[in-house]
Amino acid sequence: MAIFQKKRRNILPGFGLSMGYTVFYLSAVVIVPLSMIFFNAIPMGWEPFLSAVTAPRVLASYKLSFSTAFLAALFDAVAGLLTAWVLVRYRFPGKAFLDALVDIPFALPTAVAGICFATLYSPVGWLGEITAKWNIEVINSPTGIVVALIFIGFPFVVRTLQPVLEELEPEIEESAHCLGATRLQTFRKILLPHLFPALLTGSTLAFARGIGEYGSVIFIAGNLPMKTEIAPLMIMSKLDQYDYNGASAVALVLLVISFSMILLLNAIQEWQQKEYR
Amino acid sequence: MGIELQNITKKFTDYTALDNISLNIASGELIALLGPSGCGKTTLLRIIAGLESADSGKIILEGKDTTNLPPREKNVGFVFQHYALFRRLNVYENVAFGLKVLPRSKRPSKSEIKDRVEHLLKLVQMEWALKRYPSQLSGGQRQRVALARALAVNPRVLLLDEPFSALDAKVRQELRRWLRKLHDEIHVTSIFVTHDQEEALELADRIVVINKGKIEQQGTPQEVYDHPANAFVYNFLGNVNVFHGRVHEGMVTLGGHSVDAPDELKNSAEKTSQTFVRPHEIGISKIRSEGNDLEGTIREIRLLGGQIGLNIECEGFDQPIDAEIPRELYLNLQLKKGDRVFVTFNKVKVFACDYEI
Repeated sequence: MAIFQKKRRNILPGFGLSMGYTVFYLSAVVIVPLSMIFFNAIPMGWEPFLSAVTAPRVLASYKLSFSTAFLAALFDAVAGLLTAWVLVRYRFPGKAFLDALVDIPFALPTAVAGICFATLYSPVGWLGEITAKWNIEVINSPTGIVVALIFIGFPFVVRTLQPVLEELEPEIEESAHCLGATRLQTFRKILLPHLFPALLTGSTLAFARGIGEYGSVIFIAGNLPMKTEIAPLMIMSKLDQYDYNGASAVALVLLVISFSMILLLNAIQEWQQKEYR
Repeated sequence: MGIELQNITKKFTDYTALDNISLNIASGELIALLGPSGCGKTTLLRIIAGLESADSGKIILEGKDTTNLPPREKNVGFVFQHYALFRRLNVYENVAFGLKVLPRSKRPSKSEIKDRVEHLLKLVQMEWALKRYPSQLSGGQRQRVALARALAVNPRVLLLDEPFSALDAKVRQELRRWLRKLHDEIHVTSIFVTHDQEEALELADRIVVINKGKIEQQGTPQEVYDHPANAFVYNFLGNVNVFHGRVHEGMVTLGGHSVDAPDELKNSAEKTSQTFVRPHEIGISKIRSEGNDLEGTIREIRLLGGQIGLNIECEGFDQPIDAEIPRELYLNLQLKKGDRVFVTFNKVKVFACDYEI
């Protein structure tokens, strides 16, 4: 097993033990449970599998899930960067309170968030009244899904950016200013390249979370076939009809696409980092 | 006039960092702001650069009032203690940064930028590192790149904030000499901040000693070292023996010993005084002769490169005296620990204390 050989003596002890533990842990917690999806989908045979995952409703749900998760992650990237910036760079009263508030989407049951949004954006809700005036449909539309996913994914971006921002000394910006750079130039040429890997990681996490999100979305989406049905909902509805194989098939495709996207984004990030080390 | 500072004052909530500082610096001069940490010297430098604003006062660079200009319009080069290089950019891009961010109308062409960057990197002896990233360079190399980066924009003045203090002793000394040489070549008006008196004495055309937000003294290294204006400056510039005593009838007593009081204190009323004697201004002999009636015992002998440091305990003094003598004298006298020696103060400086300790 050449790949497990240590190239040289390592100062840190216990590589064997800790590696074994890591593999065991990942197997027990991630790989074994997920492999059930494979084993449930395989007995179907190729034809039924294909027809299950290419049904128009299912395809529409994939499209919706990935596009809304992507848009929400994009929004979170911008808003999260701004929030992390404010929390790291400025001192103001109530900062600790605001900092704690960022974590709320982690802690709140997502169904509660969904119900809150549904109330807020209902035609008689505080924001629903305003959006109705401008003819923007939020509830029962993809927009509503994006709104819910923005909420869910937000802390991932903030929490991954904060430590990176903290290690970026203010002198870096000061020296850019002394060299004649405007604020925008400093941001574009110095800060953004520095923050990009963390920004990518945070947005990837938000994106991944968005694809899998169920609880908050179903309350605001309206779940109209072909229009606002997300992929996790398709899985749930197949389970409700005792179609375990079909549910597994849909889940498998979702899993494969998500995993390859996350892998790709991690690879980009790795490649970005490499040069400067 | 290169830099004119007029009545700069800066107060923070709990203390005054700079108290009405005025200073003129000629074009092409290399100035050291010397003082203990927390004396306000870095704050002054940051105010000149526009990175901080003064509560009152004026900053005039090359005849232009820049008091209220933001840093990017001041056209100063700033070198930070911890380099502050752009980690994501390589050496070439770091140095070119200041040129590339110029508005299109003022920006030199690509090939001009390339020539200038290469010229500057040659000047700081880093031309071999064009494609390296800061993390691949040593501290001394990073600081050279930072200097080249600061010089790229043809700054009106160059400001260096403790530029060598993060480096080890050998590199520090090397860079110091090198900076002096560089300054003699390019003659840009420069101010560097340091708490290291040796650095200031070796490098600067003129030293400005700052303490508690005030200028204590300014002058050439020679002037400041030979004629310190007050006890603080004397104490701060190099090792020194301090003896507390009294001025009394034209004499200054130190322990059981006494010396003639300086002229200005000859007729003064009885006062407490501080007497300073530098270790290398102390003579050591094994034979008693006129004027060296002070006798002591060698407690410690230390090798200080070319000099030998002696720690001598003298009767009547509450603390041992540090002396430095040339190695040859040390060998001639065949000094050993525990030897009795006679001590002469070749040069003493007495300051009367206007306060009681």
